[in-house]
Amino acid sequence: MGAGPSLLLVVLGGVLGGMGRVWLGQWVGRHAPSEFPWGTLVVNLLGALALGGIAAQGSAGGALWLLLAVGLLGSFTTVSSFAYQTLTLLRGPRPGLGWLNLVMTLALGLAALMLGHALGVGLLAPGAA
Amino acid sequence: MTQGRLVMAAGLGSGLGALLRYGLAVLPWGSAFPWATLLANGLGALVMGLIATLARVPGRWRLSPMAQHFWLAGVCGGFTTFSLFSLEVVELWQGGATGLAASYLGGSVALWLVGAWVGILLGERLKARWRLPRG
Repeated sequence: MGAGPSLLLVVLGGVLGGMGRVWLGQWVGRHAPSEFPWGTLVVNLLGALALGGIAAQGSAGGALWLLLAVGLLGSFTTVSSFAYQTLTLLRGPRPGLGWLNLVMTLALGLAALMLGHALGVGLLAPGAA
Repeated sequence: MTQGRLVMAAGLGSGLGALLRYGLAVLPWGSAFPWATLLANGLGALVMGLIATLARVPGRWRLSPMAQHFWLAGVCGGFTTFSLFSLEVVELWQGGATGLAASYLGGSVALWLVGAWVGILLGERLKARWRLPRG
């Protein structure tokens, strides 16, 4: 695949992923208004779960990988908001919330990715229900 | 309607952010260690802290909600990635490079937080300078 189509796939996925992140983040913020950044946590866990499933298909580098993994899920999940929100909590009156956000994001995020991978492998296995 | 336009602005910025991140990823790093993601996430956290802090300056350098969505949720949000970071940690770990996986995990978290902090401090310093009367 040429450089042009590759870049287009990444940008297209990136636009869709970013829109999905902001839309879902706003939705979570409306339904669970809180000083705790639930929106970012939900987005990152969902994105890690989905990427685990896609990685189980084992086509890193192909067109679908560029669109869905590098573009869409790469952009759907975010570290910049996570870092800013965690640091704001750590410097605020309740730093415990910052540590909680840090631990939950990392532990649940890695667990979600492995769960997604296991589900993806299971769906591919011959004779899977 | 307005909400929809903000989501669109964030989407366009995210497309640009993802493109820049991919540009870093295809550079010849000459190493299996995920330097590109580490750099993107650290840099994105710094720029987010800087712009978010500056955007709150009353009266000066005000960013419209559209511009904030484009640059913060958009460019910074799309440039940084948690899902690919998680995948890289698990792949290093399962590939037997346990020490590298742990270093990547710990180093990343430290760099994200320090990056955001440096960005915020830079922003606060610039803000303080801007508030001084011009002589």
